[in-house]
Amino acid sequence: MASGLTRGPAVYAISRRIGFYVLTAIAAVTITFFIPRVIPGNPVESVLSHAQGQIITRQTLHALQLQFGSNTTEGLWGQYVHFWSNLLHGNLGVSTSNGMVPVAAVIRGALPWTVGLVGTATVISFILGTLLGILVAWRRGSWLDTLLPATTFFQAAPYFFLAFLAIDLFAIKLGWFPPERAYGQLDFPAFNWTYISDVLDHAILPALTIVVASAAGWIIGMRNVMITTMDEDYVLIGQAKGLPKRRVVWYAARNAILPSISGFSLAIGFVVSGALLTEIVFSYPGLGFLMLTAVQDADFALLQGIFLVITLGVLVANLAADFVYVFLDPRTRQEA
Amino acid sequence: MAIGNSTDLDRAQTADLLELYPNASARRRRRRLPRSPKVLIGLTGLLAFLVLAVIGPWIAPYDPSQTFSTTVSFPQPPSAAHWLGTTQQQQDVFSQLLAGGRSTILVAFVAGLIATVLSVVVGVAAGYFGGLADDLLSMLANLFLILPALPLLIVIFGFLPPSQGSDDVLIGLIIAITGWAFGARVLRAQTLSLRTRDYVDSARITGERGWRIIGFEILPNLIPILASSFLFTVLYGVGTYTALAFLGLVNPNHVSWGGMLFYAQVAGAEQSGYWWLFIPPGLAVALLGTCLALLNFSIDEFINPRLRAAGLSRRRARRAGVTGAERLPRRFVLGVTPVLRSVPPAGDHRGPAGENLSHGGTR
Amino acid sequence: MSTYQPSQPLLEVRGLCVDYGAGPDAVHAVVDADLVLHRGEVLGLAGESGSGKSTLAYAITRLLRAPGMITGGSVGYHPKPGTTVDLLAANEGTLRVLRWSQISVVMQSAMNALNPVLSIGAQLTDVLQAHQPDLGQAERQARAGELLAMVGINADRLGSYPHELSGGMRQRVMIAMALALEPQVVIMDEPTTALDVVTQREILEELMELRERLGFAVLFITHDLSLLAEIADSIAVMYAGRLVERADADALFRAPRHPYSLGLLSSFPGLHGPKRRLTGIPGSPPDLRQLPSGCVFHPRCSYAMDRCRTETPALLRLPEAGRAAACWLQDGSAVPPPELAVSAPHGPSAPAPDLARSQP
Repeated sequence: MASGLTRGPAVYAISRRIGFYVLTAIAAVTITFFIPRVIPGNPVESVLSHAQGQIITRQTLHALQLQFGSNTTEGLWGQYVHFWSNLLHGNLGVSTSNGMVPVAAVIRGALPWTVGLVGTATVISFILGTLLGILVAWRRGSWLDTLLPATTFFQAAPYFFLAFLAIDLFAIKLGWFPPERAYGQLDFPAFNWTYISDVLDHAILPALTIVVASAAGWIIGMRNVMITTMDEDYVLIGQAKGLPKRRVVWYAARNAILPSISGFSLAIGFVVSGALLTEIVFSYPGLGFLMLTAVQDADFALLQGIFLVITLGVLVANLAADFVYVFLDPRTRQEA
Repeated sequence: MAIGNSTDLDRAQTADLLELYPNASARRRRRRLPRSPKVLIGLTGLLAFLVLAVIGPWIAPYDPSQTFSTTVSFPQPPSAAHWLGTTQQQQDVFSQLLAGGRSTILVAFVAGLIATVLSVVVGVAAGYFGGLADDLLSMLANLFLILPALPLLIVIFGFLPPSQGSDDVLIGLIIAITGWAFGARVLRAQTLSLRTRDYVDSARITGERGWRIIGFEILPNLIPILASSFLFTVLYGVGTYTALAFLGLVNPNHVSWGGMLFYAQVAGAEQSGYWWLFIPPGLAVALLGTCLALLNFSIDEFINPRLRAAGLSRRRARRAGVTGAERLPRRFVLGVTPVLRSVPPAGDHRGPAGENLSHGGTR
Repeated sequence: MSTYQPSQPLLEVRGLCVDYGAGPDAVHAVVDADLVLHRGEVLGLAGESGSGKSTLAYAITRLLRAPGMITGGSVGYHPKPGTTVDLLAANEGTLRVLRWSQISVVMQSAMNALNPVLSIGAQLTDVLQAHQPDLGQAERQARAGELLAMVGINADRLGSYPHELSGGMRQRVMIAMALALEPQVVIMDEPTTALDVVTQREILEELMELRERLGFAVLFITHDLSLLAEIADSIAVMYAGRLVERADADALFRAPRHPYSLGLLSSFPGLHGPKRRLTGIPGSPPDLRQLPSGCVFHPRCSYAMDRCRTETPALLRLPEAGRAAACWLQDGSAVPPPELAVSAPHGPSAPAPDLARSQP
């Protein structure tokens, strides 16, 4: 089955997707470039007014003006080129809310927390939701169907509301888990068990919130696809062949997973957004929290940087999903 | 062939029988929305919220922004005077809850409307015209689909000066720009499949103009999907607007459920157990969302008949008054046709000199 | 023809009734069907779309999809003379053992019936794995290769996926799959309808060859009577869920007894013989939810009598052995028109089967 992956059509399919993602990245950068220039108001002034008490060198001022396009002598195209060249050098500007530290450094500090929490929670949620969806579809007409409206509630409830509930219930009232942060305030980051277990302890509640909030979507999605798939002739033939039930379910699920993976690509943006909000409620030191402070302190450079990093992450996740899809569906490896 | 029965089980049959009689054109087939509990709950809930949006601020006992005390600095728990307690600024939470629905619902519906219009224009055009137009429009849709919506909106609203951030319609418009892409894709796919149907071809051959074909042959058949797409986008609008308000990105002086959650966060509500600050608004958003999702669910089942309860479970059979229902399996088992032995109504499917139905027996 | 053992019934269907849905609004898709399939026989089940022929066939093996349900009658399977398995009373376990090893199915569209994400080798070996667990991996592969060779496909295609094969090859794979466990009955649901005529012919010929070799019985469902002319031993004609005529193939073609069969036969031209006007059958098949009173065919029947409008004829056994027709013209009280009373041939290779057996 894997032999097809290196064949022409598969490579072609993936290359097309990569091309599209590059295009999207360019679009994202361009949009980020234009927003401060299109929106009414003077972003640089806002930045300056919020950055009271900080020392702003002439260089920094010039850099800000270039980045946001106000009061600068360079033409639009020149600014755009400058923007890109900075970007490609890893220069995302200077974070005015964090003591003029480079944005890239600030993001680098927060990124591992987000990747760890959101990444793991999303994967767990997808796997769990998919398996439950298969179960609910297979056991149609049983009591499991009555759970479906409940899952719509969880799907509709905002992530941060569930986070509030989780904290109130599990952290405050029951005291099972810590209510905020990624590790105890008196802890020092180190690679020993106390630190790691503390991190895990703090991560459980936010992760649980993300999983509960997003699993509902996977469950319902997978259930719907499974039901449609179970109507296919090859599933009936599977039954006609007298195959054990588990085999027949596997045959159906193996096909149903494909649209589900496409759905994953679509939903990843939503899940990431929701996860960021959850981080904020938990004061988890990831990108979400960073985003909040950036907004409050009008640190536009940081805001832009975070947006670009998140977009990049989503694109990478999409690419991974595409690889999985091509691996699982032999039809994509055929000449169109 | 008009088929208009109201029981669930007839719906399932009808859908299969439609396969046997493919001659009926889509226009003549009349299908009705099933009257299941999901639809009723969703619909009544939604209507209740819409009513609330209109009359909310008028029936609120107090002005939502009125502060009741300048000496107390902690949020007060629910009491007789303030049914849901007060905020940290000593404002009545209940009044805020009633008044806050308006902007949330308004923004969400504006977003839904604009996004649906955009998705129809892009999706149907891409599906109907095909070729280069399709390629470009599809790429545009995919672009907006992939760009993470909330971070983008945070950037936009972050740069937006606060004065602009209180215009609900503008907010709705901006949210719509990030939310039209999904509907466009679905509509495009559906238009593509409809375009190849016979009655569209025949309309084209008899010389109907493009836009007339779109208007009269294609659009009517897209209505269920349009409705689903609209509801989905409104749901998205509710969630997104609440999130933006929660982050303090839209004018905080404007009462909204998201804004209430923002202040709850500021007051450290979850850490200190001030549950009346975050449960009412959060629950309101969740319930509104659930009603929308339930309605959407029902429309999904309407569009795809297979999603409705298939076959005959014991419960349904009993409801339908079938004798011998006890011998049915409790739930639907794939791949094993149930055998139901019931005595048929007299004279129905037996000839006068016919074979005896009980011929053959059981074992 | 040589494998046909008329004295040994293999599958006996008596009074089968199949409904879609239940309750007062149920649709009666099959009413009172009586069929017997003998060892090695090719029984053609003919009828228009919506006549219930597929419903009947799938109901026999309990493979009918929801909301179909069996509401009456019996289906007895005799794997060996003297033993009977009641298919309607069988539980899942019994069905699972019987299925494919005794009765297999070939569907109309191989593209839909083959799992698109599995190789055809996997789809051939999975039945071996399920029903013959003693076979090792290598043996299974070898057997799968044999099966492909049997239908004329090179064994090196075992790793191919369904979408990589042509339509005709896919259908062949389906046939090979159906014969994997050497069943006694193969139900074929319009197996060649989706193919072009040339491929159709090839496949039918291969099929008949395989039948000669392996000796299985076939329940061949089709709307195309001309196909049955060549391959069927006996034919059952269905209309609106009812069996309206049953006869040897020869007898049916030369001497139909039911006006519907007559109409069907007049609907396609013969290649030889004098030119004649194609008549067809006026009207269209009835809506199963609003069947005509009395004989379901009477609105379209040019020989309808008053009696036909009020009384539904059962499948009446005719004086000639092995024939039955559901028509009041044949019950002895009226004189059938000459075209419905042609004397039936008694071919030397078609001994009169006793389809009249009605023991439970």
